[in-house]
Amino acid sequence: MSLLEIRNLKVEFDTAKGPFKALDGVDYTVDPGEVLAIVGESGSGKSVAMLATMGLLPSSATITADKMDFEGLDLRTLSQKEKRKVIGKDISMIFQEPIASLNPCFTVGFQLGETLKAHTELKGRQIKERVVELMTSVGIPDPAGRLNAFPHQMSGGQCQRVMIAMAIACAPKLLIADEPTTALDVTIQKQILDLLVKLQQDSGMGLIMITHDMGVVAETADRVIVQYKGRKMEEAGVLSLFESPQNPYTKALLSALPENATGDRLPTVSDFAEAGGF
Amino acid sequence: MSEDVILKVRDVYRTYDIKGGLFKKASTLTAVKGVSLDVERGTTLAVVGESGCGKSTLARMLTMIDAQTSGSIEIDGLPIDISKTGISKEMRQKVQIVFQNPYGSLNPRQKIGHVLEEPLLLNTDMAPAERQDLALQMLQKVGLQPEHYGRYPHMFSGGQRQRIAIARAIMMKPRLLVLDEPVSALDLSVQAQILNLLADLQDEMGLTYVFISHDLSVVRYIADKVMVMYFGEVVEYGTRDEVFNNPQHDYTKTLFAATPRADVDSIRKRLAAKAA
Repeated sequence: MSLLEIRNLKVEFDTAKGPFKALDGVDYTVDPGEVLAIVGESGSGKSVAMLATMGLLPSSATITADKMDFEGLDLRTLSQKEKRKVIGKDISMIFQEPIASLNPCFTVGFQLGETLKAHTELKGRQIKERVVELMTSVGIPDPAGRLNAFPHQMSGGQCQRVMIAMAIACAPKLLIADEPTTALDVTIQKQILDLLVKLQQDSGMGLIMITHDMGVVAETADRVIVQYKGRKMEEAGVLSLFESPQNPYTKALLSALPENATGDRLPTVSDFAEAGGF
Repeated sequence: MSEDVILKVRDVYRTYDIKGGLFKKASTLTAVKGVSLDVERGTTLAVVGESGCGKSTLARMLTMIDAQTSGSIEIDGLPIDISKTGISKEMRQKVQIVFQNPYGSLNPRQKIGHVLEEPLLLNTDMAPAERQDLALQMLQKVGLQPEHYGRYPHMFSGGQRQRIAIARAIMMKPRLLVLDEPVSALDLSVQAQILNLLADLQDEMGLTYVFISHDLSVVRYIADKVMVMYFGEVVEYGTRDEVFNNPQHDYTKTLFAATPRADVDSIRKRLAAKAA
Protein backbone atom coordinates (compact mmCIF):
# COMPACT_ATOMS: atom_id res chain seq x y z
CA MET A 1 0.00 0.00 0.00
CA SER A 2 1.31 3.42 -0.78
CA LEU A 3 2.03 5.79 2.06
CA LEU A 4 0.26 8.79 0.62
CA GLU A 5 -2.28 8.60 -2.15
CA ILE A 6 -4.01 11.65 -3.53
CA ARG A 7 -6.36 11.56 -6.50
CA ASN A 8 -7.57 14.52 -8.51
CA LEU A 9 -6.50 17.24 -6.09
CA LYS A 10 -7.95 20.67 -6.88
CA VAL A 11 -7.23 23.88 -5.02
CA GLU A 12 -9.03 27.15 -5.71
CA PHE A 13 -8.46 30.51 -4.11
CA ASP A 14 -11.14 33.16 -3.77
CA THR A 15 -9.73 36.42 -5.04
CA ALA A 16 -11.21 39.83 -5.74
CA LYS A 17 -11.23 38.91 -9.42
CA GLY A 18 -13.08 35.65 -8.85
CA PRO A 19 -11.84 32.12 -8.18
CA PHE A 20 -8.25 31.32 -9.10
CA LYS A 21 -7.34 27.72 -9.83
CA ALA A 22 -3.95 27.04 -8.26
CA LEU A 23 -4.08 23.31 -8.77
CA ASP A 24 -6.17 21.52 -11.33
CA GLY A 25 -6.65 17.79 -10.81
CA VAL A 26 -3.24 16.36 -9.91
CA ASP A 27 -2.54 12.87 -8.55
CA TYR A 28 0.26 12.09 -6.11
CA THR A 29 1.43 8.81 -4.67
CA VAL A 30 4.40 8.18 -2.41
CA ASP A 31 5.55 4.75 -1.31
CA PRO A 32 7.34 4.12 1.97
CA GLY A 33 11.08 4.65 1.54
CA GLU A 34 10.66 6.57 -1.67
CA VAL A 35 11.99 10.03 -2.57
CA LEU A 36 9.52 11.91 -4.74
CA ALA A 37 10.54 15.25 -6.20
CA ILE A 38 7.91 17.77 -7.24
CA VAL A 39 9.54 20.28 -9.54
CA GLY A 40 8.18 23.39 -11.19
CA GLU A 41 8.56 27.14 -11.49
CA SER A 42 6.80 29.68 -9.33
CA GLY A 43 3.05 29.43 -9.77
CA SER A 44 3.16 25.77 -10.72
CA GLY A 45 1.26 24.77 -7.57
CA LYS A 46 4.00 22.58 -6.18
CA SER A 47 3.89 24.03 -2.67
CA VAL A 48 0.12 24.50 -2.64
CA ALA A 49 -0.39 20.77 -3.18
CA MET A 50 1.57 19.83 -0.09
CA LEU A 51 0.19 22.68 2.03
CA ALA A 52 -3.30 21.43 1.12
CA THR A 53 -2.33 17.94 2.25
CA MET A 54 -1.03 19.29 5.55
CA GLY A 55 -4.11 21.48 5.99
CA LEU A 56 -2.03 24.64 6.18
CA LEU A 57 -3.82 26.72 3.56
CA PRO A 58 -5.85 29.80 4.54
CA SER A 59 -9.64 29.68 4.60
CA SER A 60 -9.84 31.42 1.21
CA ALA A 61 -8.74 28.13 -0.35
CA THR A 62 -11.22 25.49 -1.47
CA ILE A 63 -9.67 22.05 -1.54
CA THR A 64 -11.33 19.11 -3.24
CA ALA A 65 -10.00 15.66 -3.97
CA ASP A 66 -11.46 12.30 -4.93
CA LYS A 67 -9.07 10.61 -2.57
CA MET A 68 -6.60 11.79 0.03
CA ASP A 69 -5.33 8.84 2.01
CA PHE A 70 -2.39 8.65 4.34
CA GLU A 71 -1.77 5.02 5.34
CA GLY A 72 -5.42 4.23 4.70
CA LEU A 73 -6.53 7.19 6.83
CA ASP A 74 -8.80 9.57 4.95
CA LEU A 75 -7.33 13.03 5.55
CA ARG A 76 -10.43 14.74 4.14
CA THR A 77 -12.79 13.54 6.87
CA LEU A 78 -10.50 13.98 9.87
CA SER A 79 -11.45 16.67 12.37
CA GLN A 80 -8.89 19.35 13.18
CA LYS A 81 -8.13 17.64 16.47
CA GLU A 82 -7.58 14.27 14.91
CA LYS A 83 -5.52 15.81 12.16
CA ARG A 84 -3.18 17.44 14.66
CA LYS A 85 -2.29 13.99 15.97
CA VAL A 86 -1.08 12.98 12.53
CA ILE A 87 0.45 16.23 11.33
CA GLY A 88 3.76 16.91 13.03
CA LYS A 89 4.04 13.30 14.11
CA ASP A 90 3.57 11.00 11.15
CA ILE A 91 3.74 13.68 8.49
CA SER A 92 6.07 16.58 9.04
CA MET A 93 7.35 19.40 6.94
CA ILE A 94 10.35 21.68 6.65
CA PHE A 95 10.33 25.02 4.90
CA GLN A 96 12.52 27.24 2.81
CA GLU A 97 13.48 29.93 5.33
CA PRO A 98 15.04 28.17 8.30
CA ILE A 99 15.61 31.30 10.36
CA ALA A 100 12.07 32.56 9.82
CA SER A 101 10.61 29.14 10.68
CA LEU A 102 12.00 29.23 14.21
CA ASN A 103 10.63 31.41 16.99
CA PRO A 104 13.27 34.03 17.82
CA CYS A 105 12.12 34.31 21.46
CA PHE A 106 12.85 30.73 22.53
CA THR A 107 15.97 28.61 22.56
CA VAL A 108 16.28 25.90 19.94
CA GLY A 109 16.38 23.27 22.69
CA PHE A 110 13.01 24.44 24.02
CA GLN A 111 11.45 24.51 20.56
CA LEU A 112 12.65 20.99 19.81
CA GLY A 113 11.24 19.84 23.15
CA GLU A 114 7.81 21.29 22.35
CA THR A 115 7.32 18.79 19.51
CA LEU A 116 8.14 15.93 21.83
CA LYS A 117 5.83 17.28 24.54
CA ALA A 118 2.95 17.46 22.09
CA HIS A 119 3.30 14.06 20.51
CA THR A 120 5.09 11.73 22.95
CA GLU A 121 4.86 10.60 26.56
CA LEU A 122 8.38 11.78 27.37
CA LYS A 123 8.87 14.03 30.42
CA GLY A 124 11.52 16.44 31.76
CA ARG A 125 14.95 14.88 31.66
CA GLN A 126 13.92 12.34 29.01
CA ILE A 127 12.93 15.15 26.68
CA LYS A 128 16.26 16.85 27.15
CA GLU A 129 18.11 13.62 26.45
CA ARG A 130 16.09 12.99 23.31
CA VAL A 131 16.67 16.57 22.11
CA VAL A 132 20.44 16.16 22.48
CA GLU A 133 20.17 12.85 20.65
CA LEU A 134 18.24 14.51 17.80
CA MET A 135 20.68 17.39 17.53
CA THR A 136 23.54 14.89 17.36
CA SER A 137 21.82 12.96 14.59
CA VAL A 138 21.50 16.07 12.40
CA GLY A 139 25.15 16.91 12.91
CA ILE A 140 25.08 19.97 15.15
CA PRO A 141 28.47 20.28 16.86
CA ASP A 142 28.41 20.44 20.69
CA PRO A 143 24.67 19.61 20.90
CA ALA A 144 24.42 19.82 24.69
CA GLY A 145 25.96 23.30 24.62
CA ARG A 146 23.74 24.49 21.76
CA LEU A 147 20.52 23.59 23.59
CA ASN A 148 20.36 27.07 25.06
CA ALA A 149 21.25 28.90 21.87
CA PHE A 150 18.71 31.23 20.28
CA PRO A 151 18.05 31.00 16.53
CA HIS A 152 19.87 34.28 15.84
CA GLN A 153 23.02 32.84 17.34
CA MET A 154 23.11 30.09 14.72
CA SER A 155 23.85 30.18 11.00
CA GLY A 156 21.24 29.47 8.32
CA GLY A 157 22.58 25.96 7.77
CA GLN A 158 22.50 25.25 11.52
CA CYS A 159 18.91 26.51 11.78
CA GLN A 160 17.89 24.26 8.91
CA ARG A 161 19.48 21.35 10.79
CA VAL A 162 17.38 22.27 13.83
CA MET A 163 14.25 22.34 11.64
CA ILE A 164 15.13 18.91 10.30
CA ALA A 165 15.70 17.62 13.83
CA MET A 166 12.28 18.98 14.79
CA ALA A 167 10.67 17.34 11.76
CA ILE A 168 12.16 13.91 12.47
CA ALA A 169 11.66 14.14 16.24
CA CYS A 170 8.72 11.73 16.25
CA ALA A 171 10.12 9.46 13.53
CA PRO A 172 7.63 10.54 10.84
CA LYS A 173 6.59 8.18 8.07
CA LEU A 174 6.51 11.01 5.57
CA LEU A 175 8.70 14.10 5.47
CA ILE A 176 7.81 16.97 3.15
CA ALA A 177 10.69 19.33 2.38
CA ASP A 178 9.59 22.54 0.67
CA GLU A 179 12.66 24.06 -1.02
CA PRO A 180 14.82 23.12 1.96
CA THR A 181 18.09 24.44 0.53
CA THR A 182 17.07 27.38 -1.64
CA ALA A 183 18.18 29.97 0.90
CA LEU A 184 21.50 28.27 1.59
CA ASP A 185 24.97 28.42 0.06
CA VAL A 186 26.04 25.62 -2.28
CA THR A 187 28.41 23.90 0.14
CA ILE A 188 25.79 24.03 2.92
CA GLN A 189 23.14 22.85 0.45
CA LYS A 190 25.24 19.79 -0.24
CA GLN A 191 25.51 19.01 3.49
CA ILE A 192 21.76 19.42 4.06
CA LEU A 193 20.81 17.29 1.03
CA ASP A 194 23.24 14.57 2.11
CA LEU A 195 21.76 14.69 5.61
CA LEU A 196 18.17 14.42 4.35
CA VAL A 197 18.98 11.50 2.07
CA LYS A 198 20.91 9.73 4.84
CA LEU A 199 18.07 10.16 7.36
CA GLN A 200 15.58 8.97 4.76
CA GLN A 201 17.61 5.86 3.98
CA ASP A 202 18.30 5.04 7.64
CA SER A 203 14.67 5.38 8.72
CA GLY A 204 12.94 4.25 5.54
CA MET A 205 10.50 7.19 5.61
CA GLY A 206 8.94 8.63 2.49
CA LEU A 207 10.39 11.96 1.41
CA ILE A 208 8.77 14.58 -0.81
CA MET A 209 11.20 17.20 -2.11
CA ILE A 210 9.57 20.33 -3.48
CA THR A 211 12.08 22.27 -5.54
CA HIS A 212 12.68 24.38 -8.62
CA ASP A 213 16.27 23.26 -8.94
CA MET A 214 16.90 20.46 -11.44
CA GLY A 215 20.28 19.85 -9.81
CA VAL A 216 18.62 19.08 -6.47
CA VAL A 217 16.21 16.72 -8.25
CA ALA A 218 19.07 14.91 -9.94
CA GLU A 219 20.94 14.52 -6.65
CA THR A 220 18.10 13.21 -4.49
CA ALA A 221 14.98 11.89 -6.21
CA ASP A 222 13.80 8.42 -7.17
CA ARG A 223 10.72 9.63 -9.00
CA VAL A 224 9.85 13.09 -10.33
CA ILE A 225 6.63 14.98 -10.98
CA VAL A 226 6.97 18.04 -13.22
CA GLN A 227 4.27 20.68 -12.75
CA TYR A 228 3.36 23.76 -14.73
CA LYS A 229 0.53 26.20 -13.99
CA GLY A 230 -1.22 23.81 -11.62
CA ARG A 231 -1.15 20.80 -13.86
CA LYS A 232 1.04 17.74 -14.00
CA MET A 233 3.18 17.76 -17.11
CA GLU A 234 5.13 14.59 -16.63
CA GLU A 235 5.79 11.89 -14.08
CA ALA A 236 8.77 9.59 -14.49
CA GLY A 237 11.71 7.91 -12.81
CA VAL A 238 14.58 10.32 -12.31
CA LEU A 239 16.86 8.63 -14.84
CA SER A 240 14.32 8.38 -17.62
CA LEU A 241 13.21 11.98 -17.00
CA PHE A 242 16.72 13.32 -17.55
CA GLU A 243 17.59 10.81 -20.27
CA SER A 244 14.49 11.03 -22.39
CA PRO A 245 11.99 13.67 -21.25
CA GLN A 246 8.64 13.08 -22.95
CA ASN A 247 6.75 16.29 -22.32
CA PRO A 248 7.72 19.45 -24.26
CA TYR A 249 7.72 21.51 -21.05
CA THR A 250 10.17 19.13 -19.36
CA LYS A 251 12.37 19.28 -22.44
CA ALA A 252 12.23 23.06 -22.30
CA LEU A 253 13.16 23.16 -18.61
CA LEU A 254 16.10 20.84 -19.09
CA SER A 255 17.48 22.68 -22.08
CA ALA A 256 17.19 26.03 -20.27
CA LEU A 257 19.80 24.78 -17.79
CA PRO A 258 22.97 26.76 -18.50
CA GLU A 259 25.11 23.62 -18.16
CA ASN A 260 23.23 22.01 -21.03
CA ALA A 261 23.79 25.01 -23.30
CA THR A 262 25.10 24.01 -26.68
CA GLY A 263 24.93 27.11 -28.84
CA ASP A 264 25.34 30.80 -28.20
CA ARG A 265 21.85 31.29 -26.88
CA LEU A 266 19.93 29.52 -24.18
CA PRO A 267 16.62 28.11 -25.36
CA THR A 268 13.77 29.50 -23.28
CA VAL A 269 10.51 27.89 -22.29
CA SER A 270 8.57 30.20 -24.58
CA ASP A 271 10.54 28.87 -27.59
CA PHE A 272 9.12 25.47 -26.77
CA ALA A 273 5.67 26.68 -25.80
CA GLU A 274 4.82 27.60 -29.39
CA ALA A 275 6.02 24.27 -30.74
CA GLY A 276 4.73 22.13 -27.87
CA GLY A 277 1.43 23.90 -27.42
CA PHE A 278 1.26 24.10 -23.61
CA MET B 1 46.26 45.64 -24.96
CA SER B 2 46.59 47.88 -21.92
CA GLU B 3 44.19 50.55 -23.20
CA ASP B 4 41.60 47.84 -23.55
CA VAL B 5 41.52 47.28 -19.80
CA ILE B 6 38.41 49.08 -18.68
CA LEU B 7 38.45 48.20 -15.00
CA LYS B 8 41.71 48.10 -13.11
CA VAL B 9 41.65 47.32 -9.39
CA ARG B 10 44.85 47.17 -7.37
CA ASP B 11 45.20 45.85 -3.82
CA VAL B 12 41.84 47.11 -2.58
CA TYR B 13 40.91 46.75 1.07
CA ARG B 14 37.67 47.56 2.82
CA THR B 15 37.40 47.47 6.58
CA TYR B 16 34.38 48.20 8.74
CA ASP B 17 34.64 49.38 12.32
CA ILE B 18 32.44 47.47 14.70
CA LYS B 19 31.44 49.61 17.65
CA GLY B 20 32.16 48.29 21.08
CA GLY B 21 29.46 48.00 23.69
CA LEU B 22 29.36 47.74 27.44
CA PHE B 23 30.91 44.28 27.41
CA LYS B 24 32.42 44.26 23.96
CA LYS B 25 35.58 45.86 22.67
CA ALA B 26 35.49 47.79 19.43
CA SER B 27 36.99 45.81 16.56
CA THR B 28 37.44 46.01 12.84
CA LEU B 29 36.16 43.63 10.20
CA THR B 30 38.01 43.35 6.91
CA ALA B 31 35.42 42.52 4.28
CA VAL B 32 37.72 42.74 1.26
CA LYS B 33 41.40 41.93 1.61
CA GLY B 34 43.78 43.06 -1.11
CA VAL B 35 41.77 42.38 -4.26
CA SER B 36 43.42 43.10 -7.63
CA LEU B 37 41.82 42.51 -10.99
CA ASP B 38 41.69 43.64 -14.62
CA VAL B 39 38.67 43.46 -16.89
CA GLU B 40 38.99 44.04 -20.61
CA ARG B 41 36.46 45.88 -22.74
CA GLY B 42 33.51 43.78 -23.87
CA THR B 43 34.29 40.84 -21.62
CA THR B 44 32.66 39.39 -18.53
CA LEU B 45 34.34 38.79 -15.21
CA ALA B 46 32.40 36.53 -12.87
CA VAL B 47 32.93 36.88 -9.13
CA VAL B 48 31.95 33.72 -7.27
CA GLY B 49 31.68 33.08 -3.57
CA GLU B 50 29.34 32.27 -0.70
CA SER B 51 27.52 34.68 1.56
CA GLY B 52 29.92 36.82 3.56
CA CYS B 53 32.85 36.41 1.20
CA GLY B 54 32.95 40.11 0.29
CA LYS B 55 31.67 39.90 -3.27
CA SER B 56 28.87 42.40 -2.74
CA THR B 57 31.20 44.76 -0.84
CA LEU B 58 33.44 44.67 -3.89
CA ALA B 59 30.44 45.50 -6.08
CA ARG B 60 29.56 48.45 -3.82
CA MET B 61 33.05 49.85 -4.17
CA LEU B 62 33.12 49.42 -7.94
CA THR B 63 29.80 51.25 -8.25
CA MET B 64 30.78 54.07 -5.88
CA ILE B 65 28.17 53.25 -3.27
CA ASP B 66 30.94 52.69 -0.76
CA ALA B 67 34.55 53.91 -0.60
CA GLN B 68 37.56 51.64 -0.41
CA THR B 69 39.73 51.88 2.71
CA SER B 70 42.92 51.59 0.68
CA GLY B 71 44.02 50.58 -2.79
CA SER B 72 43.17 51.98 -6.20
CA ILE B 73 40.23 51.52 -8.55
CA GLU B 74 40.41 52.83 -12.09
CA ILE B 75 37.45 52.71 -14.46
CA ASP B 76 38.12 53.55 -18.09
CA GLY B 77 41.22 55.48 -17.11
CA LEU B 78 39.46 57.48 -14.40
CA PRO B 79 40.69 56.95 -10.84
CA ILE B 80 37.88 56.36 -8.36
CA ASP B 81 38.28 57.21 -4.71
CA ILE B 82 35.03 58.72 -3.50
CA SER B 83 36.18 59.30 0.07
CA LYS B 84 38.73 61.82 -1.22
CA THR B 85 37.36 63.29 -4.43
CA GLY B 86 33.61 62.69 -4.25
CA ILE B 87 31.61 61.60 -7.26
CA SER B 88 31.34 63.52 -10.49
CA LYS B 89 28.69 63.07 -13.16
CA GLU B 90 31.37 61.73 -15.44
CA MET B 91 32.18 58.97 -12.96
CA ARG B 92 28.51 58.10 -12.50
CA GLN B 93 28.11 57.66 -16.20
CA LYS B 94 30.84 55.08 -16.51
CA VAL B 95 29.43 52.46 -14.17
CA GLN B 96 25.96 51.24 -13.28
CA ILE B 97 24.57 48.39 -11.23
CA VAL B 98 21.71 45.87 -11.42
CA PHE B 99 20.62 44.33 -8.13
CA GLN B 100 19.42 40.88 -7.23
CA ASN B 101 15.87 41.57 -6.18
CA PRO B 102 13.84 43.21 -8.92
CA TYR B 103 10.94 43.68 -6.48
CA GLY B 104 12.95 45.80 -4.08
CA SER B 105 14.97 47.84 -6.53
CA LEU B 106 12.09 49.66 -8.27
CA ASN B 107 10.05 52.41 -6.63
CA PRO B 108 6.45 51.13 -6.50
CA ARG B 109 5.03 54.65 -7.02
CA GLN B 110 7.11 55.52 -10.04
CA LYS B 111 5.96 54.78 -13.58
CA ILE B 112 8.36 52.75 -15.69
CA GLY B 113 8.90 55.63 -18.08
CA HIS B 114 10.03 57.84 -15.23
CA VAL B 115 12.23 55.07 -13.84
CA LEU B 116 14.08 55.03 -17.13
CA GLU B 117 14.21 58.82 -17.57
CA GLU B 118 15.47 59.62 -14.10
CA PRO B 119 19.17 58.93 -14.79
CA LEU B 120 18.96 61.31 -17.77
CA LEU B 121 17.10 63.94 -15.75
CA LEU B 122 19.75 63.89 -13.04
CA ASN B 123 22.87 63.65 -15.16
CA THR B 124 22.11 65.45 -18.43
CA ASP B 125 20.19 68.55 -19.52
CA MET B 126 18.21 66.79 -22.23
CA ALA B 127 14.80 68.07 -23.26
CA PRO B 128 11.81 66.07 -21.93
CA ALA B 129 10.75 64.92 -25.40
CA GLU B 130 14.22 63.64 -26.12
CA ARG B 131 14.30 61.74 -22.81
CA GLN B 132 11.01 60.11 -23.62
CA ASP B 133 12.28 59.03 -27.02
CA LEU B 134 15.32 57.42 -25.49
CA ALA B 135 13.23 55.68 -22.83
CA LEU B 136 10.89 54.26 -25.47
CA GLN B 137 13.83 53.04 -27.53
CA MET B 138 15.32 51.42 -24.47
CA LEU B 139 12.07 49.58 -23.65
CA GLN B 140 12.18 48.04 -27.10
CA LYS B 141 15.83 47.13 -26.72
CA VAL B 142 15.26 45.09 -23.56
CA GLY B 143 12.26 43.30 -25.04
CA LEU B 144 9.39 45.33 -23.57
CA GLN B 145 6.62 47.21 -25.37
CA PRO B 146 6.10 50.99 -25.76
CA GLU B 147 2.76 50.70 -23.91
CA HIS B 148 4.70 49.64 -20.78
CA TYR B 149 5.95 53.24 -20.51
CA GLY B 150 3.08 54.42 -18.31
CA ARG B 151 2.71 51.35 -16.11
CA TYR B 152 3.77 50.82 -12.49
CA PRO B 153 6.22 48.14 -11.28
CA HIS B 154 3.54 45.96 -9.63
CA MET B 155 2.04 45.30 -13.05
CA PHE B 156 5.15 43.41 -14.15
CA SER B 157 6.50 39.92 -13.50
CA GLY B 158 9.90 39.33 -11.90
CA GLY B 159 11.60 38.76 -15.23
CA GLN B 160 10.09 41.91 -16.74
CA ARG B 161 11.16 43.93 -13.71
CA GLN B 162 14.70 42.69 -14.10
CA ARG B 163 14.53 43.85 -17.73
CA ILE B 164 13.46 47.27 -16.49
CA ALA B 165 16.31 47.36 -13.97
CA ILE B 166 18.76 46.50 -16.74
CA ALA B 167 17.22 49.14 -19.02
CA ARG B 168 17.60 51.78 -16.29
CA ALA B 169 21.22 50.78 -15.78
CA ILE B 170 22.16 51.16 -19.43
CA MET B 171 20.25 54.42 -20.03
CA MET B 172 23.45 56.37 -19.40
CA LYS B 173 25.41 54.14 -21.79
CA PRO B 174 27.85 53.02 -19.10
CA ARG B 175 31.18 51.39 -19.89
CA LEU B 176 30.92 48.96 -17.03
CA LEU B 177 27.85 47.20 -15.71
CA VAL B 178 27.99 45.48 -12.33
CA LEU B 179 25.39 42.72 -12.03
CA ASP B 180 24.87 41.60 -8.44
CA GLU B 181 23.19 38.17 -8.64
CA PRO B 182 20.86 39.38 -11.41
CA VAL B 183 19.19 36.03 -12.07
CA SER B 184 19.21 34.39 -8.62
CA ALA B 185 15.64 35.41 -7.83
CA LEU B 186 14.25 34.28 -11.18
CA ASP B 187 12.75 31.04 -12.46
CA LEU B 188 14.85 28.85 -14.67
CA SER B 189 13.14 29.75 -17.93
CA VAL B 190 13.14 33.47 -17.12
CA GLN B 191 16.76 33.21 -16.11
CA ALA B 192 17.56 31.94 -19.61
CA GLN B 193 15.77 34.93 -21.17
CA ILE B 194 17.68 37.43 -19.04
CA LEU B 195 21.03 35.76 -19.73
CA ASN B 196 20.26 35.91 -23.45
CA LEU B 197 19.34 39.59 -23.15
CA LEU B 198 22.60 40.34 -21.35
CA ALA B 199 24.58 38.56 -24.06
CA ASP B 200 22.74 40.52 -26.79
CA LEU B 201 23.35 43.86 -25.07
CA GLN B 202 27.01 43.05 -24.61
CA ASP B 203 27.41 42.37 -28.33
CA GLU B 204 25.43 45.41 -29.34
CA MET B 205 26.81 48.03 -26.97
CA GLY B 206 30.25 46.60 -26.23
CA LEU B 207 29.41 46.49 -22.52
CA THR B 208 31.79 45.12 -19.93
CA TYR B 209 30.23 43.06 -17.15
CA VAL B 210 31.24 42.25 -13.62
CA PHE B 211 28.85 39.41 -12.88
CA ILE B 212 28.46 38.44 -9.26
CA SER B 213 26.94 35.04 -8.66
CA HIS B 214 26.99 31.97 -6.50
CA ASP B 215 25.63 29.74 -9.27
CA LEU B 216 28.50 27.99 -10.99
CA SER B 217 26.50 26.73 -13.94
CA VAL B 218 25.46 30.30 -14.82
CA VAL B 219 29.04 31.49 -14.37
CA ARG B 220 30.36 28.80 -16.64
CA TYR B 221 27.89 29.86 -19.28
CA ILE B 222 28.44 33.62 -19.20
CA ALA B 223 31.99 34.35 -17.96
CA ASP B 224 35.24 34.97 -19.79
CA LYS B 225 37.23 35.23 -16.59
CA VAL B 226 36.36 33.89 -13.15
CA MET B 227 37.40 35.08 -9.72
CA VAL B 228 36.63 33.01 -6.63
CA MET B 229 36.49 34.82 -3.29
CA TYR B 230 36.63 33.29 0.17
CA PHE B 231 36.53 35.35 3.39
CA GLY B 232 37.43 38.55 1.56
CA GLU B 233 40.38 37.12 -0.29
CA VAL B 234 40.78 36.07 -3.89
CA VAL B 235 41.63 32.39 -3.86
CA GLU B 236 41.38 31.74 -7.56
CA TYR B 237 41.57 34.05 -10.57
CA GLY B 238 41.90 33.04 -14.19
CA THR B 239 40.12 32.40 -17.45
CA ARG B 240 36.94 30.36 -17.30
CA ASP B 241 38.56 27.25 -18.75
CA GLU B 242 41.55 27.46 -16.40
CA VAL B 243 39.37 27.75 -13.33
CA PHE B 244 36.79 25.15 -14.30
CA ASN B 245 39.17 22.58 -15.77
CA ASN B 246 41.98 22.90 -13.32
CA PRO B 247 40.97 24.51 -10.01
CA GLN B 248 44.00 25.09 -7.77
CA HIS B 249 42.62 26.13 -4.41
CA ASP B 250 40.95 23.66 -2.05
CA TYR B 251 37.96 25.93 -1.59
CA THR B 252 37.30 26.08 -5.34
CA LYS B 253 37.44 22.30 -5.47
CA THR B 254 34.97 22.04 -2.56
CA LEU B 255 32.68 24.49 -4.31
CA PHE B 256 32.71 22.47 -7.53
CA ALA B 257 32.18 19.21 -5.67
CA ALA B 258 29.16 20.66 -3.83
CA THR B 259 27.39 21.90 -6.97
CA PRO B 260 24.56 19.50 -7.84
CA ARG B 261 25.06 17.75 -11.13
CA ALA B 262 22.10 17.28 -13.44
CA ASP B 263 23.65 14.98 -16.01
CA VAL B 264 22.54 11.44 -16.72
CA ASP B 265 25.86 9.82 -15.78
CA SER B 266 25.94 11.20 -12.27
CA ILE B 267 22.29 10.22 -11.71
CA ARG B 268 23.08 6.70 -12.86
CA LYS B 269 26.07 6.58 -10.51
CA ARG B 270 23.99 7.80 -7.58
CA LEU B 271 21.22 5.27 -8.19
CA ALA B 272 23.77 2.46 -8.48
CA ALA B 273 25.37 3.50 -5.19
CA LYS B 274 21.95 3.58 -3.54
CA ALA B 275 20.96 0.13 -4.80
CA ALA B 276 24.23 -1.37 -3.53
